[in-house]
Amino acid sequence: MDVTIHFKEIDHKLFGFVEGEIDTFTASGLRDELEAVKITEGLEIELDLSKVNYMDSTGLGIFVAFYKRALRENGKVKLVGLSNRLQRLFEITGLSDLMDIETDKKVELR
Amino acid sequence: MKEFDYIEIRVPAKPQFVSVIRLTVSGLASRIGFNYDDIEDLKIAASEAVTNVVHHAYKEEEEGEIVIGCALYDNKMEMMIADYGNSFNFEEIKSKIGPYHPEESIAGLREGGLGLYLMETLMDEVMINNDGGVTVFMTKYVTREQVEKNVERITT
Repeated sequence: MDVTIHFKEIDHKLFGFVEGEIDTFTASGLRDELEAVKITEGLEIELDLSKVNYMDSTGLGIFVAFYKRALRENGKVKLVGLSNRLQRLFEITGLSDLMDIETDKKVELR
Repeated sequence: MKEFDYIEIRVPAKPQFVSVIRLTVSGLASRIGFNYDDIEDLKIAASEAVTNVVHHAYKEEEEGEIVIGCALYDNKMEMMIADYGNSFNFEEIKSKIGPYHPEESIAGLREGGLGLYLMETLMDEVMINNDGGVTVFMTKYVTREQVEKNVERITT
């Protein structure tokens, strides 16, 4: 059980695809990968979480930290492809009001 | 006959075992008929409690153990997560646990960030005992289709 993230840069926009289960064991790898992302002024980053099949507060903490750093360095982060479960997690913690989040449905409609 | 089945698991307080507990809890929960969403809630709640113990154990730089006790009833599941190495008497500890006081639990568990909050939101009852080791005691009830009970049998 692990989590992986692949990055793809298209037209100065950075796409990250996260896959797997995010818990306290797998978290450090993901945290390191996100911390290694160089955020330049105005960079748009889209993290696709549609293949994240488990996540708890550890994962929330990682994305909050990354989101905060991006704001500080004048980049923009958006989380997309959230399953109902993940969406619920962001909603009950109040994070969905603070962060730019798109659910799976909205992605499909595009 | 006892009114519940009791299952106890002991694992080293190491992060690689959190997923093992999560999968075990998921299996036990499906045994007594929890639906998909409730099972996912139970997995998160169990992981949060175990993660807290793992972090606590690491801070103290001692290799402790985590004891997870699950009581399976017809209509609910009780989970106890304790950070002492010895096996415990489920019913004895349950009888000692009082209501949870916000001030004391936050000091003990809040470093997990939103962990405690999630446990309380996802479970029906959460109690915490800080006496000695930390013991988290949580309950979730099986929600069954209400319709079934009210439907009258039609005889032809």
